Amino acid sequence: MLYSKEIMRHFTHPQNAGRIKNPSGLGKAGNLVCGDIMYLYLKIGKNKKGEEVIKDVKFETFGCVVAIANTSLLTTMVKGKTLGKAMKITKEDLIKKFGKVPPIKIHCSLLAADALSEAIYDYMMKKNREIPKELLERHQRIEKEKKELEHRHAELVELEEEIHKK
Amino acid sequence: MKQKIYLDYAATTPVDPRVLRAMLPYFSEKFGNTMSLHSFGQEAKQALEESRGEIADLMGAKPNEIIFTSSATESNNLALKGIALARRSLGGGGHIIISSIEHPCIMESAKWLEAQGFEVTRIKVDKYGQISPADIEKAIRRDTILVSTIHASNEMGTIQPIEEIGRVCKGKGVYFHTDAAQSFGKIPINVNKINIDLLSASSHKMYGPKGAACLFVREGTKIEPLLHGGGHEAGLRSSTINVPAIVGFAKACKICEKEMINESQRLIKLRDKLIKGILGKIKDARLNGHPKKRLPNNSNFSFSFIEGESLVIQLDLLGVAASTGSACSSAKLEPSHVLLAIGLKHEQAHGSLRLTLGRWTKESEINYVLRVLPGVIKKLREVSPFKKSFKF
Repeated sequence: MLYSKEIMRHFTHPQNAGRIKNPSGLGKAGNLVCGDIMYLYLKIGKNKKGEEVIKDVKFETFGCVVAIANTSLLTTMVKGKTLGKAMKITKEDLIKKFGKVPPIKIHCSLLAADALSEAIYDYMMKKNREIPKELLERHQRIEKEKKELEHRHAELVELEEEIHKK
Repeated sequence: MKQKIYLDYAATTPVDPRVLRAMLPYFSEKFGNTMSLHSFGQEAKQALEESRGEIADLMGAKPNEIIFTSSATESNNLALKGIALARRSLGGGGHIIISSIEHPCIMESAKWLEAQGFEVTRIKVDKYGQISPADIEKAIRRDTILVSTIHASNEMGTIQPIEEIGRVCKGKGVYFHTDAAQSFGKIPINVNKINIDLLSASSHKMYGPKGAACLFVREGTKIEPLLHGGGHEAGLRSSTINVPAIVGFAKACKICEKEMINESQRLIKLRDKLIKGILGKIKDARLNGHPKKRLPNNSNFSFSFIEGESLVIQLDLLGVAASTGSACSSAKLEPSHVLLAIGLKHEQAHGSLRLTLGRWTKESEINYVLRVLPGVIKKLREVSPFKKSFKF
């Protein structure tokens, strides 16, 4: 088998797939060039202590086995967690939970963490909160990567148009 | 019991038991080196030359026009680099024409030749993946030394008008090479009826063993070897001869010669049932490649909203072996250049599925695929963000 049991378990039985209407936060990560796009929806409420918690989470992923499995895994890790704890989930945590992936798949296995940061960033922006430094830095890196890809993608779009004209 | 259905015959084929039987004596009994003078060597040499004759027969060539190699990749490297280097040693020009849907071994060889100072033109294809002979004619220059086009696409099975391309090349006095790795043994090809100067063929795509392939080089064609050494294969490919594999290759050719017509008719029926069934049962699906001018055993689809690697792994879990042109399946993380070349968008190329049939494909297996595939696609679409909101 190409992938670990954990990956296959989440891939064949994805947890929390779907959409949340009017989510508190929405995060998007990935791109069409390499073929993975994921959307993460958060519903955020308060617990008895008055802390903000992730009451519900859903995902939609267009992508390969690892991308789908990883978003599913991430949703199970954050559901019910306080926002503070969820924010601390890193790519390293995902790798640890997931076991080994082929080197070429590391990139797509990390996209889920980006989608989560983006969803929390989206929530905080909506709430007019001050964005924690770490989250802001992640958001800026993701934006930068997106721009670079759009730039690269532009050439591909031109190439496609050229072929279409023929 | 879980079914095991192999629908990836374009990747490789199992060795036909008849082929295996023909090969067996050449491992431990008739194991000689073809270059040896003693009886062991001469026995092996005889098997080599008989095999050469049988393979030549299937393509209408003379035995001395067949150069044995280890793979179609090697044959294609030898064709492009061998012709280019031979022309350079004559001090001639250096322009090569290929198509935009060649196998990576042609694409990469051409790229390497560009780095060595040769010029390469890549001819575009139409929406079915067909090369226009008129485009080739327009692209030929005074210094063009070689035109190389695939005979039938390894990904979408589209068969190229190589007869016309051959005519164009002959008219302009340019060498014409075709990569027939996918088509040889599946559809008839005769190098004498068609103006082909070089042709690559491979054993493991036609129920022979891996490790044997050949390059047809028309008599009088100037070509340089890539492997130098003991002077095997008329000095064009030094290396100890892999006799068992070549004997197997020849046996595979003989079987194809006899069974090709019946086999292709049977496969066309099954293939068309598969295509009709999939397009009928699954929404937002398209057939890639030419609807008619395609290999008898090839079908290639794009399914909107989903990604091919996920699809292939899901099918594998259900016992069906298939392949995809998605980026996730490649080492480069880019979708298939062939599917992009026919105008598919990235997301469509990512969602591609190739099902290739073969000698042991049964109708019940096609029925099984038609039964399980719609569910697999539905499941993957359910987790996809695109669904109906995303139209190509």
